[in-house]
Amino acid sequence: MYALVKAKSAVSCIGLHGARLLRWNFSSCADAENDVYDVVISGGGMVGTAMACSLGMDPNLEGKKILLLEAGHKKEMDQVPEAYSTRVSSISPGSSNLLSGLGAWDHILNLRCKPYQKMQVWDACSDALITFDKENLHDEMAYIVENDVIVAALTKQLQTLTDQVEVKYKTKVVKYIWPMSHQAAESIPWVQVTLANGQTLQTKLLIGADGPNSMVRQEAGIPTVKWNYEQSAVVAVLYLSEPTENNVAWQRFLPTGPIAMLPLSDTQSSLVWSTSHRHAEELLNLDEESFVDSINSAFWCNENHSELVETAGSLFRTALSVLMPSGTSTRQLPPSVAGIGPKSRVMFPLGLGHAAEYIRHRVALVGDAAHRVHPLAGQGANLGFGDVACLTKILSQAAFNGKDLGAMQHLLEYETERQRHNLPMMAAIDLMKRLYSTNSAPMVLLRTFGLQATNALPPLKEQIIAYASK
Amino acid sequence: MYCKNAGRLLHGLRCPGGAGSANLCSWAVRQQTRGAQDLQITPGTRCQNQSVRFASHSTLDPGEMKKFQSLASQWWDLQGAFAALHSMNDLRVPFVRDNLLNVHGRRQWGGPLAGLRILDVGCGGGVLTEPLGRMGADVLGVDPVGDSVRTAELHASIDPALRQRVAYRSCTAEELSEGEAPGAFDAVVASEVVEHLADLDTFANCCCHLLKLIPTENPVVVPLCEMAPICLTQIVPRPSAQPGGSLFITTINKTNLSYVLGIVAAERVLRIVPRGTHDWDKFVSPVELERLLEATGFYVETVRGMLYNPLSGAWSWTQSTAINYALHAVKRKEDPQPHRASVEDQAEAMSQAGHA
Repeated sequence: MYALVKAKSAVSCIGLHGARLLRWNFSSCADAENDVYDVVISGGGMVGTAMACSLGMDPNLEGKKILLLEAGHKKEMDQVPEAYSTRVSSISPGSSNLLSGLGAWDHILNLRCKPYQKMQVWDACSDALITFDKENLHDEMAYIVENDVIVAALTKQLQTLTDQVEVKYKTKVVKYIWPMSHQAAESIPWVQVTLANGQTLQTKLLIGADGPNSMVRQEAGIPTVKWNYEQSAVVAVLYLSEPTENNVAWQRFLPTGPIAMLPLSDTQSSLVWSTSHRHAEELLNLDEESFVDSINSAFWCNENHSELVETAGSLFRTALSVLMPSGTSTRQLPPSVAGIGPKSRVMFPLGLGHAAEYIRHRVALVGDAAHRVHPLAGQGANLGFGDVACLTKILSQAAFNGKDLGAMQHLLEYETERQRHNLPMMAAIDLMKRLYSTNSAPMVLLRTFGLQATNALPPLKEQIIAYASK
Repeated sequence: MYCKNAGRLLHGLRCPGGAGSANLCSWAVRQQTRGAQDLQITPGTRCQNQSVRFASHSTLDPGEMKKFQSLASQWWDLQGAFAALHSMNDLRVPFVRDNLLNVHGRRQWGGPLAGLRILDVGCGGGVLTEPLGRMGADVLGVDPVGDSVRTAELHASIDPALRQRVAYRSCTAEELSEGEAPGAFDAVVASEVVEHLADLDTFANCCCHLLKLIPTENPVVVPLCEMAPICLTQIVPRPSAQPGGSLFITTINKTNLSYVLGIVAAERVLRIVPRGTHDWDKFVSPVELERLLEATGFYVETVRGMLYNPLSGAWSWTQSTAINYALHAVKRKEDPQPHRASVEDQAEAMSQAGHA
């Protein structure tokens, strides 16, 4: 109260002059005024569509003008196609809670998804392994869901919200014009979005959900920390040699990168094999039989084992099992692969990217637009859904408090809360990736001990699971 | 905060007060200069959407005027001179909203205050008026400083959602109460205003006149937790009190601490506020204000202390009302004689003074 009037005598009288100008401006473009949205979401992928549903369903945001812009066509799915898609996401319990809150989870269950109860991570250079599972085996650890299924379920839910959320498909944005940070009277204070069809929209808040190469982020000039891992991921749908319960997610760290087999059904799994660009190319060009062989040997082969590490590792494991008899797990072997889905082999480059800022005045980034991670922990989609939940909560409260939705104050809260969660996760994933990218004996030994020790400490594992489940 | 009223310092606007205070000027007339002499200016004409009526230009320092005109354009700079006023919204907006919801019950999602008519006295650039409008209320902001009102109008006009909800007039509460029918408003908000008033009695009477008595027999009292994700205030509903229009006041207490912080520190040492902005004698304690309001026909529901942290620039609720405080009063059913009430009040105060 007592820190008030900083009487800045240096301020000129621009205000009044500008006021007149502005009034003129506004009377001259009266039709444009109808196009002032409260929120425009750019990008209708998994995270953008979830954002639109989430905002549209929030009671405090009732009556707000919300628009979703998507360059692609509307993705509807009454029935799942017989063949599985290669692009899948691991959906944590936290994300499935968000999706069921949005009413989309039921649609996903009706379409197709596969829960798994256990995850086994092991090293190609030693016998060290770690398993994650829920104490109660009835609890699902996470779900493997095809990205198309998630988008279709959210799209279906979005159709029930037509009063709340307007959606424009096949709409490309060509230009964004940013407002000044505080009102310079002579300019339009909203974000202006120019569409490819020439139409210009205005919005109080623009949410960029337009993926790792976010145009919103680039146009806003938000700097990004990023590097390429010099890796590509090869994905494919795998046919197992015989039907199994298939409720374990398998991941093995090879010196070239992690290979993961994620359950899709009793007879099919999804492959995510991160490796060097060159090796990925080779894998892509192999005939089907050799490709299957190389997958099997990647999971089974022990050629990278060194005797020293093996001895040291088994000694350490013996010592641990004496100290904590319950702490060790026996290694299981993944099911063997018999074939791959027709034309399901695809590769894409991997990288890490993190926007230095998630927000600007009247702009917020969510999902991969803000952060892109290595797929090894299966966290990419979960981090994005976490952003959606957090931003919805904050915007809902802001609306209830009568605030301007695009104001920095509460957007900063969003940024702080999410960076506090996303950064440690990204750092951990990056560290894992680096730690396992080598087969030099000291590093292998270090990670062998680390992995075994972590595996022997249930409280630590629970912490990891809890953090990754959010 | 103080700036909000600073413009008022320029204009003495005398108005016919309540029955017992015909010649009192209810709006304080303080000059920014150290002399701080009161000006008496003939009342302006009926307030319309007109610019400031500088009733007597000769009494105004053109330099001062210019300063306030330039200040008017700074209203919406969130980091600027009015930053503390913007951040105060974090307390006072929920305070107004939750108390009104408590009195009226939830009206509709997405617009918690939809259907309510609110008067924001001393609205300045509309810093509090706009959030109230966004919550669905129909808000009229009045302020004697025409430049501030123009800034507010302009700022609200850009937002189509606000344009229908928010209106402004350049006038005082007294002028408005002459023109408006009794009971035109569900709530009157006077945030950081009363510490600049010369005649609180008249002001309270004007507010009472403008506030409506709610005709419903059984007002819906909805527990806050059901409506708000976050319960900021804890309000005990008083079914005994007749729910009438609500008066919300935030102001500064009359204590040694408020003298030290509000005047010595802020004006003389740190010079955050121009010297002479505040007159400690005009500060009013919650007890005093409560007595005055109860005598005018209000029932005081809540008084809460507010604390400003100059380092973080944030406000928080506090137990102590020693410096700043917020008050919520509800109009009682029967309108007591304002004249008698205030005379009695004064007599009581005098007798107390005598005892002391």
